[in-house]
Amino acid sequence: MVTRISFLGSILRVFMWTFLLGLVVVVVYPLLWMVLNGFKQNAELFGNPFALPISWEWQNYADAWNRGVSNYLMTSVLVTVTSTIATVFISAWAAYGLTRVNLPFNRAVVTVILGGLMLAPAVALVPLVKMFQSLGLYNTFWALLILYTAFRIPFTTFLIRAYMIDLPREIDEAAEVDGASQWTTFWRIILPMCKPILVSTVILHVLFAWNEYLFAMVFTSGTGVQTLPVGLTSLMSKHGTDYPVVFAGMVIAAIPVVLLFFLGQRYFVKGLADGIGK
Amino acid sequence: MLTVEGTRTRRARVPGNPSPVQQTPSRKSGFRKVLGFTWVLPALLTLGVFVYLPLVQNFGFSFLEWDIYSGSQTFVGGDNYAKLINDPIFWSALGNNVLYAAVSIVFQVCAALVLAAIIESVRRERWRRALRAVYFVPSAISLTVAGLLFYFIYEPNLGLLNFILKNVGFGALAQPWLGQESTAMMSVIAMSQWQGFGYSTLLFAVAIQRIPSELYEAAAIDGIGTIRRFFTVTVPLVREMTGLMTIVTISGAFQVFNEVMVMTSGGPNNSTQVLGTWLYRSGFVRNDFGYAAAIAMVIFLVTLVIALVQLWITHRRRVEW
Repeated sequence: MVTRISFLGSILRVFMWTFLLGLVVVVVYPLLWMVLNGFKQNAELFGNPFALPISWEWQNYADAWNRGVSNYLMTSVLVTVTSTIATVFISAWAAYGLTRVNLPFNRAVVTVILGGLMLAPAVALVPLVKMFQSLGLYNTFWALLILYTAFRIPFTTFLIRAYMIDLPREIDEAAEVDGASQWTTFWRIILPMCKPILVSTVILHVLFAWNEYLFAMVFTSGTGVQTLPVGLTSLMSKHGTDYPVVFAGMVIAAIPVVLLFFLGQRYFVKGLADGIGK
Repeated sequence: MLTVEGTRTRRARVPGNPSPVQQTPSRKSGFRKVLGFTWVLPALLTLGVFVYLPLVQNFGFSFLEWDIYSGSQTFVGGDNYAKLINDPIFWSALGNNVLYAAVSIVFQVCAALVLAAIIESVRRERWRRALRAVYFVPSAISLTVAGLLFYFIYEPNLGLLNFILKNVGFGALAQPWLGQESTAMMSVIAMSQWQGFGYSTLLFAVAIQRIPSELYEAAAIDGIGTIRRFFTVTVPLVREMTGLMTIVTISGAFQVFNEVMVMTSGGPNNSTQVLGTWLYRSGFVRNDFGYAAAIAMVIFLVTLVIALVQLWITHRRRVEW
């Protein structure tokens, strides 16, 4: 009896591992192919897709860099960093007000802020174009900063608020007894305690801002203000026959976020565990 | 820098915990209540101006015939909506969104849940973490990068997919995946499943971790097998996450834009057009902004209904939010 179960169990385990590792191959192989193609010469790229590069062409990366990727990367970094700071601060600010300050109409305010979760960016696209044109912000870095912040406040506030709700009230009382103002309590006590969810929201926002395409495509044109996702498609259309350079650009765009995820993975998962499912 | 001197004397109000300090009515309490709004004001203002106001404007625009270059705007009533109903491309775009939602539910919800359960049954923490991370990588790289990558993988003559098919003896199956109407949409959807399943798997894995291990131990003692344990313990206890993921997935499927734009731009012959790309094409390529606004209203209505269903479910379960 025992042997039969363990026999079945080990069959199941072999099957399970075959499946899990097969899926790893399905995920990793295309990415590996992308990285390797970034090092090939154009002629060998499609000649034998499985082969390693004959000579490792680092020049492709330099070419991609010089053909605009350096500009796209700078814009992406600038937009990502500034909109992350703005979004997380405004959201943490609002979350504090919603959970620890006795606001009149609290429920209505919660509804208005979190209600933004329901709205798709595409719905506001046409009026926003008109608005940004008349504000003179069309085709500037400010357009992306404002839009990325505005459209991510609901989700970010939702996560931080769920975390703050569960912090014990005694903390606020103790701070109050010690004579701390709301500002002090927010900056010195509550915000540091929210570190896990703040790390998660930062990672989620960076992933969003780094990869966003619709707004970036509609609101920017020209190398100076284009972000990497849009820049890559223009690299593709401009140098479409020089595929290895395009692949090199893709790798340059992918590496920062993949690194960020691996570095922050522990916090990211913990923050999600605490913040979601509430 | 972090503290404003003048605010020192103000006391934090602790909701729900009346303390002696709060029981004596303060002259300043009305003022303080108003001041409390400074916490939510930046969020309310940003959302109001850049999210809610455009939404209202869009509704107005959907009744206009609007040429953005000449600037001429004419009120045409429901003409744009009538045009919508008679537009076969609109209907096929809507159909593609529905197809997208259906396939995504299979992979991003059902398959991801099973996969997460399998990962969490791996004994070693190190392996669990490695698997979750590897599967997540495609979600970290942008849809643009993933879309371009699969554009090359699907490339008819020299792309990876046809190359593999030819080399394992299925050469007859090799075809221009993105270049023909019959396969283009499914090819785009397949790419997006590859890109997104790791994210939903990670969320389900997190939900499964929250299940108290005693429940699994009790099931093991009762001699319940792995598969039955999945259906009697795991599935019921991650029900909320399943509900949330279903809603998020459907809602996301009606907002698809990036992968279609990068891989096919809606072609060939409009076969991969979705609401998002049809809106973009109508407004920014064909300069018909009133019509684009009407398409936007359809996207709004669909996502709103989905969101209201979610709210209704949340309230029924009496989860505080």
